[in-house]
Amino acid sequence: MTDLTSLTLAEARKGLASKTFTSLELTDAHLKAMEEARALNAFVMETPDQARAMAREADARIGKGEAGPLAGIPLGIKDLFATKDVRTTACSKILGNFVPTYESTVTSQLWRDGAVMLGKLNNDEFAMGSSNETSCFGPVGNPWRREGSNTTLVPGGSSGGSASAVAALLCMGATATDTGGSIRQPAAFTATVGIKPTYGRCSRWGIVAFASSLDQAGPIARSTRDAAILLRSMAGHDPKDTTSVDIPVPDYEAAIGRSVKGMKIGIPREYRLDGMPAEIEKLWSDGADWLKAAGAELVEVSLPHTKYALPAYYIVAPAEASSNLARYDGVRYGLRVSGKSIGELYENTRAEGFGPEVRRRVMIGTYVLSAGYYDAYYIRAQKVRTLIKRDFEDCFAKGVNAILTPATPSAAFGIGEKGGADPVEMYLNDIFTVTVNMAGLPGIAVPAGKDSQGLPLGLQLIGRPFDEETLFSLGEVIEQAAGRFTPVRWW
Amino acid sequence: MSVDAATVRRIAQLARIAVTDAEVPHLQGELNAMLNFVEQLSEVNVEGVEPMTSVTPMAMKKRQDVVNDGEIADDIVKNAPATENHFFLVPKVVE
Repeated sequence: MTDLTSLTLAEARKGLASKTFTSLELTDAHLKAMEEARALNAFVMETPDQARAMAREADARIGKGEAGPLAGIPLGIKDLFATKDVRTTACSKILGNFVPTYESTVTSQLWRDGAVMLGKLNNDEFAMGSSNETSCFGPVGNPWRREGSNTTLVPGGSSGGSASAVAALLCMGATATDTGGSIRQPAAFTATVGIKPTYGRCSRWGIVAFASSLDQAGPIARSTRDAAILLRSMAGHDPKDTTSVDIPVPDYEAAIGRSVKGMKIGIPREYRLDGMPAEIEKLWSDGADWLKAAGAELVEVSLPHTKYALPAYYIVAPAEASSNLARYDGVRYGLRVSGKSIGELYENTRAEGFGPEVRRRVMIGTYVLSAGYYDAYYIRAQKVRTLIKRDFEDCFAKGVNAILTPATPSAAFGIGEKGGADPVEMYLNDIFTVTVNMAGLPGIAVPAGKDSQGLPLGLQLIGRPFDEETLFSLGEVIEQAAGRFTPVRWW
Repeated sequence: MSVDAATVRRIAQLARIAVTDAEVPHLQGELNAMLNFVEQLSEVNVEGVEPMTSVTPMAMKKRQDVVNDGEIADDIVKNAPATENHFFLVPKVVE
């Protein structure tokens, strides 16, 4: 039998339906791959017993002809999603041994549709980071290395475990979350497909909150089609999240292969940065050529406030984080470090429990919300956010269907290479992705090529609100033209 | 704008995060690097622009004011570091 881990989700679904193999066989193959890949540190919790039980259940359902859309498909779950009776930490010491008594809405929908959980995936602490280096469980290795080099690179972040595990064929797909680029940047660094849907498309209920007006869940997958299949199960209205939108979930997979003829694709001139590597320029123009060859029309567009998105984000996101993370007080759950008074207990617990990046962001968030600075920083940033969104609205009003940009300003970098002296150096990773969160739009990252060192690079497509289907159609065109990329196993 | 050492201590206190004297200069440097980065927002003309309150145009949903969950005290205290009879325990607050 061919190696079951090398199939796409769509291929595995076919094999399960035709009884070529069972979910238990498919699951065991992935559990073995997961065990052999511990050097990558992608999983922070393996749940093989639960996986096999879920696989047997899926096999029984398939046998009875009652299979759901994801029946028997083994997935990895980012440790930001609460999973009932399975430790959920957000990769922070402050959550300690937190074991939820409830299941996040997104994961419960995956299980409803028959998926199998292999385990919990590493991420930056509270999803704050762009390299997965802030996790309390340590960094994750990227399955990709520079040609002729043994240096371990980061898989990006914050969904670094998700991207690494999908790229290394440890799971058929993974859940992820994206606040400023945390799905799309790691997807680009690992030659996987990642989509951040429109704000409100997926329920945030049961996902550890970072910045509530920006956070969205989405899948990281092996192909555009796989991402479409997963998003359909993850999306949908949930009364428990008042910002989740009550509109029907389309059959995203039906958009795969749909013609893009006559679509207007915007190329924003502000994304052409000074000193942009020639490889990124080339990738971008290749992407434009492929879409043109498929019948789309390329137009230059302007998003004048682009350069202000990242600074505005570094006010809005920390402000919301400082509020959301106030709940970690050492009283109701997680770590507790004692103190003489309740105040000391809070301060000691939070000093010990939060890592340096989280502490920095909580502090900056506290500062920009504090009396005397609220208007100058927070309100001003929210006004700039309005302008950023308006830029996109103006662009879409002119008939643009989607916008094509590079996903990241560079390929993956080495562990410890960035952000040591100046946190802003790391933040610049999200320069092309963060605008999308600020405007609440959907964005997909699709592998599109490699740099001169053999590392994958991705392109991003930004869509109109709730028009993920167009992104899947366009993403498929790029995937067909660029091909798929698999790393050489070294772990 | 930049923060001095006293402000760093005040922010830490507001955020309920203990910081040692030795950590203050380093934190001050990092916070100032971030503040320096966001400073460029001051060049944007925001005259007459509404601050964003909701990224998607939607009316806030309100549920019926009825009890729809409960009787799960065991679940609520399950992960707490110190409890007694469904109460969370903390150091003495009132003398």
